[in-house]
Amino acid sequence: MQIPDAEVLCRQLAEQIHPHVTADTALVGIRTGGLWLAERLHEVLGIQAPLGAIDVSFYRDDYGSKGLHARPQRTEIPFDVDGAPVILVDDVLYTGRTTRAALNELFDFGRPARVDLAVLVDRGGRELPIAARYCAHTLAEPLPAAHNLELQRATDGALSLQLITRG
Amino acid sequence: MRNPQLNKHGELQHLLTLDGLPRDIINTILDTAAPFTEVAEREVKKLPLLRGKSVFNLFFENSTRTRTTFEIAAKRLSADVVNLNINTSSAAKGESLLDTVDNLCAMQADMFVVRHAASGAPMLIAQHLQNTGRDHIHVVNAGDGRHAHPTQGLLDMYTIRHFKRDFTNLTVAIVGDVLHSRVARSQIAALTTLGVPEVRVIGPRTLLPTEVGKLGVRVFNDMREGLKGVDVVMMLRLQNERMNGALLPTPQEYYKIWGLTADKLALAKPDAIVMHPGPMNRGVEIDSAVADGAQAVILPQVTFGIAVRMAVMSMLGSN
Repeated sequence: MQIPDAEVLCRQLAEQIHPHVTADTALVGIRTGGLWLAERLHEVLGIQAPLGAIDVSFYRDDYGSKGLHARPQRTEIPFDVDGAPVILVDDVLYTGRTTRAALNELFDFGRPARVDLAVLVDRGGRELPIAARYCAHTLAEPLPAAHNLELQRATDGALSLQLITRG
Repeated sequence: MRNPQLNKHGELQHLLTLDGLPRDIINTILDTAAPFTEVAEREVKKLPLLRGKSVFNLFFENSTRTRTTFEIAAKRLSADVVNLNINTSSAAKGESLLDTVDNLCAMQADMFVVRHAASGAPMLIAQHLQNTGRDHIHVVNAGDGRHAHPTQGLLDMYTIRHFKRDFTNLTVAIVGDVLHSRVARSQIAALTTLGVPEVRVIGPRTLLPTEVGKLGVRVFNDMREGLKGVDVVMMLRLQNERMNGALLPTPQEYYKIWGLTADKLALAKPDAIVMHPGPMNRGVEIDSAVADGAQAVILPQVTFGIAVRMAVMSMLGSN
């Protein structure tokens, strides 16, 4: 499989979102890859509201079987969620379970006016009725479960996609 | 024999004592607690981790702060919390501790938070659960006799890390009634495990265990000498209710020699923090001006205590 260039996709994603940005649009990145992407978009799109970050560890639906993520990080929503149009940002959309967890967490901060989902890559394999409004790239074939597609950030800040095959 | 607090995968099964608890588990608890501190600022102060679980607070001894913060912690994790008032329960009619536990297990308990005047009571419950194949039920020690108060020790470590960042260059003084203090034992275990190079114990000989030096601490019988250059002052409560016989002259006399006053605190580093596990005896072990002063972090300790207890319960709940 040809791994798409994350920097190119990032620019395309910003172009998709740009016409829909309003003065009160807020961005929330899902840690860790989604937050890197959201930091980029926040700057490129000139978003006024401070950037939010969500760590979904405390809302995951596999806590009962897998326990806590080893080192959960802070969720920080530094703007008033009530009435805000929010764009939730993640690097790769797969089963939709992470998005579900992030939505539940976001709603514990207030009632947003609307929530859209922006992702770099849709790898297929959805297990929940969730779709991205903004998506830079959809894989032609769903990626098998043994593959892990994730965003990496180099020390100079450059973003790239890595395909990792388990076991 | 494996550590009775850990399951066969080396994960936390019960929290009974900090003595012998591996450093990486202590660090994981502290790291996990950090994101929980933020939940207090949300509109909905609840996380779904222990949804559908039942936590039983079994307090055979009086407590306000510990019982309340355990209750808040469990509720913020969405657990159902049952507080047993032991004074009006069947234990007062003569039911044994393990019979009480068995009955609560029959009510589908998932976790027991236990405070007991007898050292080892939480361990007894944990062993009983293990011997009867009920590995899915967890025990948290909320203070047993003179033995241990691990969540207090952990919240103290969280507080020190919050204000001082690093443990490996600190001098920490524990002051007062060490003899009767389960808090001091948990603090000493955690501080030494986390690599604090100098832990001092300061108090009158009558209130220090005879072999306290073997715990790896420096012993001072002169408070002014012991406070010189320390980064952290951890005061202990004078435990009047545990005194048998005349270990002390009078509270006034104790205050004069062992009370933390501004002039004694001036001997510590200028940025030293002052901690106290509560409840405070103002004018006995600590002067009011110091307790309410700029160096005191006594109320942050209480707030951090909720996050630390959430971390412990959420880690146990999944193991």
